[in-house]
Amino acid sequence: MEVKKIKSDSMAEVSLGGVSKEISLELLEDAIEVGDYVIVHAGFAIAKIGGREAQVTLSLLKEGFSDALFR
Amino acid sequence: MRYLDEFREERDIREILEKIRACITSPVKLMEVCGTHTMAIFRHGIVKLLPEKITLVSGPGCPVCVTPIKEIDKAIKLSREKGVIITTFGDLLRVPGSNSSLEKERARGAEVKVVYSTYEALKIARSNPRKKVVFLGVGFETTVPTVAAALLKAHADGIKNFFVLSFHKLVPPALETLLRQDGLNLSGLILPGHVSVIIGSRRYQSLADIYHVPGVVGGFEPRDILEAIYMLLKQIQNQEARIEIQYQRGVSLEGNKKAQRYISHVFEPFSSSWRGLGEIPLSGLKLREDFATFDGEKYFDLEVPEAGEPEGCCCGEVLRGIKSPNDCPLFGKRCSPENPVGACMVSHEGTCAAYYKYQGRMAL
Amino acid sequence: MIKERRDKRILLAHGSGGKLSYELIEEVFAPYFENPILNQFNDQAILPIEGIDLAFSTDTYVVSPIFFPGGDIGKLAICGTVNDLAMGGAIPLYLSVGFILEEGFPVGDLKKILRSMAEAAKEAKVTIVTGDTKVVNKGSADGIFINTTGIGVRKKGIDIGGDKARVGDKVIVSGFIGDHGMAILLMREGLEFQGEVKSDCAPLNRLVSQMLDTSSNIHVLRDPTRGGVATVLNEIALRSLVGIRLEEEKIPVREEVRAACEILGLDPLYLANEGKLLAIVGKEDAEKILETIKNNPYGKNAEIIGEVVEDYPRKVFMKTRIGGTRLVDMLVGEQLPRIC
Repeated sequence: MEVKKIKSDSMAEVSLGGVSKEISLELLEDAIEVGDYVIVHAGFAIAKIGGREAQVTLSLLKEGFSDALFR
Repeated sequence: MRYLDEFREERDIREILEKIRACITSPVKLMEVCGTHTMAIFRHGIVKLLPEKITLVSGPGCPVCVTPIKEIDKAIKLSREKGVIITTFGDLLRVPGSNSSLEKERARGAEVKVVYSTYEALKIARSNPRKKVVFLGVGFETTVPTVAAALLKAHADGIKNFFVLSFHKLVPPALETLLRQDGLNLSGLILPGHVSVIIGSRRYQSLADIYHVPGVVGGFEPRDILEAIYMLLKQIQNQEARIEIQYQRGVSLEGNKKAQRYISHVFEPFSSSWRGLGEIPLSGLKLREDFATFDGEKYFDLEVPEAGEPEGCCCGEVLRGIKSPNDCPLFGKRCSPENPVGACMVSHEGTCAAYYKYQGRMAL
Repeated sequence: MIKERRDKRILLAHGSGGKLSYELIEEVFAPYFENPILNQFNDQAILPIEGIDLAFSTDTYVVSPIFFPGGDIGKLAICGTVNDLAMGGAIPLYLSVGFILEEGFPVGDLKKILRSMAEAAKEAKVTIVTGDTKVVNKGSADGIFINTTGIGVRKKGIDIGGDKARVGDKVIVSGFIGDHGMAILLMREGLEFQGEVKSDCAPLNRLVSQMLDTSSNIHVLRDPTRGGVATVLNEIALRSLVGIRLEEEKIPVREEVRAACEILGLDPLYLANEGKLLAIVGKEDAEKILETIKNNPYGKNAEIIGEVVEDYPRKVFMKTRIGGTRLVDMLVGEQLPRIC
């Protein structure tokens, strides 16, 4: 999911396909900036996705269900 | 609404399938460990696309499925106490205990709230200071850091009415127990995606070294899963047994060290019982002494009688990859999603639930 | 089976429109009320009276939240019953409305709802001719419950029903699925969204009239409300004793709804729709009918999403976007937001 806004207290707003959600970044060691992509689980980001790879995932997401996040 | 990428994906998938067909010689048996992989494989109808020589079996990677009935009974007992709010992920709601379920208790008036994250549960504790809010901690290493985060926050903010029942389990010890079984004859393992994001692929090295079984950490897109299968087949063809990462965009050798620190700070491993697999050393997590005031097991009286497995239920063997749901006499008859007997059916990631939902009782 | 359950209580899941709802109706209600008309289990009853085919339908609305993007419980109540009548091929004419109001419900909100209902009735060209109101103690109702009952007339010669799907027929959906169900869920989950997920709540009787004018080769019409497209198609497959084969990539889903489904772990095939219809039509007329639907403002994104087949009778299955095959089962209970 794409990081749209960084808020205080390790919280961030992330979005996917126009839907936004507030999640926590506190489990990540890497510095996160607006525009980065993260893998989200149960309301927390668990990994930062590399830029090029993220674009690949994004285009996969556009087509249909993405099991990276589908449960 | 077709995007350029759709065509690319179709083409990629066809290519990978051709490569798979080209490098398979003798029959192989692969296990996908993680429940989310099982679901993805079925949702996309992957089994039918693979050559017949490849058999896929599902493993014990469904945390709800491997939670012993006794622990469900504890949660149910707690839900009946006055002044207790149970907070839980949705998966647990319909799991049958010995003679009830959280869903049924809710119908009887128990306060059971489905939450999406542990912070939501914490919020409920803050807004209900006179109630005791208990979070049911089920899940593997992907979920545990999120529970640890909530506990650390509760500790820092001095919240006195938040508790956790830890039923958490660790994946690598279970894999070892699995591989030690006679007669399983696995050619390769499709290793869990998100658990590996946290623990890193290095954690599986001993499996490859000791049991000579190749393992590939796979992502969840159909392309990821097929690539992971191809990578396994290549290793099998070359008689190798290494741990590889297909899911490069999220998984590294070392994993997420910060999340790992969260886990070890709040929890400690102990020998725990897995439904279907029995007792596995150092495979469960309990709260450390420092967090005793949040430990639901210590605070509440959760004495419940020993729970027996329902008669005829084959969940244990299904979890170990020995039986397929179709081999279970109850599958589709006495045991179905509306009337689950075992956890494999009611958990949305359970093997039986996947078979039932996506294949019914026919071979599709 | 409900009969086999030792402890018999109504669960929320019984109201979700899926398998459990189905069981509740078949095993608990039906035995008491059995008769040939009811046993057809259509959304509307067609009553032959004195040479006229009268259509008769009822529905009760308990949605929470009461106000949501794209509508409110009042608009739902009118459109829902109008659509149930239209799905039988009838022209809806008159509605009754019954209200159960919770003590303390704001009159201002009630007025907003009534205004919605008046507007919807005007658009659908139906008249509200009688009604009833009761007030109950605080805590005994969720703000407001509304029942609407409607009558309409069906022209002779129209033969539409859940058991009329035939092998070779095509399956058409009139637009994006899951909008209503997701709009409600997003409000409940407190997810914010840019871009809009609004309920698609709309009266479809004019669309149905246009379709019936285009072709008499329409065999089944259903609006996929609670339980979603998957559940309704399963019901049809069961009643018509046929198989239904869908193509995943043809199924229209709005991007925001797709995304929200991923985040919440849900499947749009099981989300409610309140302004969409499924039509199962003879294949010779499928393209013509599709064209008609697309020309209606409520059918712009219509697609042919599948066909009726001989294989796997009573089942719905789907060719996945990567070429695999999977079963599309009925919804079992509520769809719960889930986490591993």
